Amino acid sequence: MKREMVCIRCPKGCRMTVEYEGNKVLKVTGNSCSKGKAYAIDEITKPVRIVTSTIKVDGGELPVVPVKTDKAIRRNLIFDVMAEIYKAEVKAPVKEGQVILKNPAKCGADVVATLELGKVENAGNKRA
Amino acid sequence: MEKDKNNYDILIIGAGVVGGLIARSLSFYDASICMVDKHIDAAMGASGANSGIVHGGYDAKPGSLKAKFNILGTAMMEETCRLLGVPYKNTGSFVLAFGPDDEKELDRLYRNGIAGGIEGLEIIDGDIAREMEPALNPTVTKALHSKTAGVVSPYKLNISSVENAVINGVEFRRETTVTGIVRNEDGFVVDTDRGMIKTRVIINCAGIYADEIAQMAGDGFFSLTPRKGEYLLMDRSEGGLVERVIFQPPSDKGKGVLVMSTVDGNLLIGPDANIAESKDDHSTHASSLDYVYKTALKSCSGIRLDKVITSFAGLRATPDTGDFIIGESEKVPGFYNVAGIESPGLSSAPAIAEHVAGEISCILGGLKIKPDFVQGIETHEYFRDMTVDEKKVAIDENPSHGKIVCRCENVTEAEVLESIRRPAGARTVDGVKRRTRAGMGRCQGGFCLPTVIEILSRELGLPKEEILKGDRGSNILTGRNRG
Amino acid sequence: MIEKRSIIIIGAGPAGLAAAVKARKSGVDDVLLIERDNQLGGILKQCIHNGFGLHVFKEELTGPEFALRYIRKVHELGIDYKLDTMVISIDKNRNITTVGPEDGLRIYNADAIILAMGCRERPRGALRIPGTNPSGIFSAGTAQRFVNIEGMKPGKTAVILGSGDIGLIMARRMTLEGMKVKAVCEIMPHPGGLTRNIVQCLDDYDIPLKLSHTVTQIHGRKRLEGVTIAEVDESFKPKKGTEKYIKCDTLLLSVGLIPENELSEEAGVLIDPLTKGAVVNQNLETSVEGIYACGNVLHVHDLVDYVALEAERAAKSAVRRIKGKSKKKSKRLMVEAGKGIRYTVPQIIDKTDKDEKIKIYFRSSSILKSARVNAVCKDKIVYSKKFRRLVPAEMEYINIPAEDMKGRNIRIEAVAK
Repeated sequence: MKREMVCIRCPKGCRMTVEYEGNKVLKVTGNSCSKGKAYAIDEITKPVRIVTSTIKVDGGELPVVPVKTDKAIRRNLIFDVMAEIYKAEVKAPVKEGQVILKNPAKCGADVVATLELGKVENAGNKRA
Repeated sequence: MEKDKNNYDILIIGAGVVGGLIARSLSFYDASICMVDKHIDAAMGASGANSGIVHGGYDAKPGSLKAKFNILGTAMMEETCRLLGVPYKNTGSFVLAFGPDDEKELDRLYRNGIAGGIEGLEIIDGDIAREMEPALNPTVTKALHSKTAGVVSPYKLNISSVENAVINGVEFRRETTVTGIVRNEDGFVVDTDRGMIKTRVIINCAGIYADEIAQMAGDGFFSLTPRKGEYLLMDRSEGGLVERVIFQPPSDKGKGVLVMSTVDGNLLIGPDANIAESKDDHSTHASSLDYVYKTALKSCSGIRLDKVITSFAGLRATPDTGDFIIGESEKVPGFYNVAGIESPGLSSAPAIAEHVAGEISCILGGLKIKPDFVQGIETHEYFRDMTVDEKKVAIDENPSHGKIVCRCENVTEAEVLESIRRPAGARTVDGVKRRTRAGMGRCQGGFCLPTVIEILSRELGLPKEEILKGDRGSNILTGRNRG
Repeated sequence: MIEKRSIIIIGAGPAGLAAAVKARKSGVDDVLLIERDNQLGGILKQCIHNGFGLHVFKEELTGPEFALRYIRKVHELGIDYKLDTMVISIDKNRNITTVGPEDGLRIYNADAIILAMGCRERPRGALRIPGTNPSGIFSAGTAQRFVNIEGMKPGKTAVILGSGDIGLIMARRMTLEGMKVKAVCEIMPHPGGLTRNIVQCLDDYDIPLKLSHTVTQIHGRKRLEGVTIAEVDESFKPKKGTEKYIKCDTLLLSVGLIPENELSEEAGVLIDPLTKGAVVNQNLETSVEGIYACGNVLHVHDLVDYVALEAERAAKSAVRRIKGKSKKKSKRLMVEAGKGIRYTVPQIIDKTDKDEKIKIYFRSSSILKSARVNAVCKDKIVYSKKFRRLVPAEMEYINIPAEDMKGRNIRIEAVAK
C-alpha cells in the first residue's frame, strides 16, 4: 500500500510517499532528512502528537494556564488526555515546566505548564 | 405626586428617536410617564440604522406633515443637539443633476422648497459644485444646494433624549412588548409580556409596528410596509471625500443612493429601497450592497470598496397614507398615533415631539410645567477629540481615562464605565458601542470585545456568558471551558 | 515636559521583545518597551500551540514558551518597560504620546523608534458578507483570546472561513474543547496556512476543508443559526446552485491580517500598498529618519522565528544610529516585485558595504513547483536561487551579495522550471 503525507517535523513540510504492508514500512521517499523518515514510519505504525491546551487555575492572575504534553503521545489517546485536562485544576503560582498531570490516561507523557502565572495578590508587573 | 406603580398619565410605546424626544418634551411637565420598548435598549429599530441626515426640507409636498415638521425640526436640530450633547454638523447638501431631465427635477425641488418657505436653497452649476466638492464626477451638470441640511448621530440623539426623559422622572421599561390594549372609562389597560400597565393616554410611536399597536387599540386605519435600505460604511480615512451630503436625483423609490460623511467622519453610502421580507428582517444582500456601490459611483468615482468596514440595513415604516400619521385617533380618544415616520422622520423628530407634547397636554386638560425639570444632559467630549492638555486633566480627574479600551476609536475605560452607569445606560455590547463608539472602528470590535464584555460583566454583576450583543438570546459566549 | 529616550520600541510581542534584547545586548542602555496589554508577550500569550522556535532555538516550543525566553532576558538585562500603556500618537520628529493608568498621559522623544505593533484581523464587514448581524461571529484571534486566556467558550458548533494558520489552529483548538467544527471554507483553490497545520489541525480530526468556497449568507437574528456556503468561480464569484446551508452557532473568520500602521502613517511613514506595511530599506529603516519597523507591522509573517530575526536586524540598525554609525544615504536603489512575486521586503536598498549581503523576503503570487527566483538588473539575471516549491502562504527569502547588484535597481521574479 502507498500513502502520501506531509512531514511536520519542521516547517519545510517535505512531501513524502510511504510504501507499507500492514504495520511494516517498506520504503520512504521524498524526505530530506532522517527525522522525516522517522516521522513517516511513526505515522504508519504509531502516529503521535504533542497536545497543547489549557488547565484551570485557582487563584491566579489568569483563569487558565497553557499546558502541553512534554512528549508526543499516541494520537488515539488525545481525547482521553483531554478528559483529564478538563477535570484538572492547579493552584497558583504556576512555574513554567511545572508538572500538572502525571501520565494522564497512561499516555506516557506528563502535562506541563508553558507559562508562568503568579497569584492574584502578587500581580506584580514590573513597572519602569 | 402619588404614583401607583403601574398607573400612569401617559404611556409611550416605542423608545426610538421619536418616542425618546416625545418622552423628553413631556417630561418637562408634571405628569407620570412610562415609556416601553420591546428591545433591551433605545435606538434598536430604524433609529439606529439610518443615514443620520437632517434634511433641507424641499423634498416633501408643501402642506404635508412631512414638509411642515421637516422644516421646523431641521431649524430646531442644532439647539436640541447642543442641549443633549449630540454630535451635529451643518454640512449642507447637494442634489445632483446629470443632464437636462435631472435638472428639471432640481427645478421642481427648488420651487417646492421656495413654496414651503425654505431658505438657503440655490441651484448651482456643475463646475461650481465641483469647486465646492472636488470629488464629484465630471458628469454632474448642476446641483441643488441646501445650506440648512446637516448630519447628526441618530442613535445618540435617541439615547440622549431617553436619558434626559429618565432624569426628569420618566420610567423607561426595557424588553416590554405590548400585547393588548383595552379602553375603559379612566383610560386604557395595556397588557404587556411583563405585566399590566394602566394609563390615561397612549402615544403610539412603535416604529414599524405602529399599525399593529393601532389595531390593538381598535383603530387600525393605516398599514405600514417595511421598506429596507442597505448601507455600506467606510473607514474614517475616507470621510474627507465629501463635505456635504450628496444626493442623486430622486425617483419613485425615494431619495436614492447618497454619498456622505457621517458626523463621526466615516464615509457612508446607501440606501437602496426594497420591501423587506418581514418586519424583523434586517438582513443585507449581496445584490443590494452591489447596487449601492455601483450607484454611488455615479456621484463620486473615488469611493473605495476596499475601505468598507461594515454594512447594515434599516427598515423604513412606510405608511399607506403617503404622509406622517400624527394625531389623536378619531375612533379611540386618548390614543395618539405618531406613525409612518419614515424619511424625513429624523429631521422632523424634535418638532414632532414639541407638537405632540402640546397636544397631549391639551388632551389631559392642561399640564403644568415641572419646576425642576432639566432641559438637557451633561456630556463630555469624546476622549479622542480632546487636546493633549484636556486629556491630561481628564486622566487626573478620572484615572480610568488612562486605560484605552478601544484602540481604533481611542475609547477609554472611563467612557465605557460611564456609558453603563448613566441613567438609561448601556446594558449590552451594542449599547456600549452606540454610546461610546467602542467597536465602531476599523477592527469592528476584534480588539475591544473581550474588555467590553469584562466591564459589562463587572458592572452588571453578570457572568460573562450572560453578556449580550443586543436583545436577549444574543449571548456572545456560551460558557466557561474550564470549571 | 518631554522625556528623552534613546530607543523606544512600540509593542512587546515577539518583534518588540527580540528587538529590545538585541538593542540592550548591543550596548544601548536606554531602551524602553511600551506595551498596551497587562503582560509582555503580545500575541504569543494566546498562541498556546507548538511549532515556534524551530529555527531560533532548534526546539519546538509553544507561543508562551517562546515569549518567555525573551521575557526572561528582558528581566535579566533590566530592560525598562511599560504595561497597560497605549501609544496614541507619533510624529515625524519621533515624539510619542502614551496613555496609561499609572503615568497618565506622557510624551517621550526617542532618538530611534522601532515599530513593532503587529497586525489586526480583517472583520466580517470588510468582506461584506451579507445577511443578518447576530452574535456568534468572531475573528479567529478574538475567539482564541477568549478560549486560551479567559477560559470562555465562544459557541458549540462552528464553521471557519479562511484556511489561514489562525483559522486552522482554532479548528483544532475548538475541537479539543468539545466544539464541533463542521467545515473550513477557503475561497482560494489552495489552502492559506502552513501545510503542517492542514495535517495536524484538519486531517487529524476529519474536519472537511472546502477549497474554492466562501460564506455567502449569515443567518440568525439574535445568535448565529447557520451560514450558507457556496463554491466560487475563477473570479471568486459564488456559483449559482452550489449553495449549501450549514447549521452552526459560531462563525470564525480567518480572512486576513492587516498590519496596524495608523500610528506609522500619522508619523509620515510611507506605506507599501502591497504589504500594507512601511516601505523600508535593507536596514529596516522607514521613510522617516530614525523610525524602523519589524515583525507583522512591517509585513505579515508566517513564522515567529523570522519575526525575531528581523527584529534583531531592526535593533542593530537603531543601535548603529544611536552610536552615530549610521551609514550616509547615497544612491537609492529600488527593489521591484516582478513576475510571479507578490511583494518584497525591503523595497529599497540604501548605500551598502562591499561585502554586505542583502536579505530580501518575498512571497510568490501563486504556487510554483521547481521554481527559480531571479534577481534581474537591466534584463540580466545577477542572482538566482532554486526553490523546490513556492507557495504564497509561505514567505521565503534570498540573500543577494550587494556586489552582484552593481549599483542598479533590481527586479525579483519567480519562474517555474
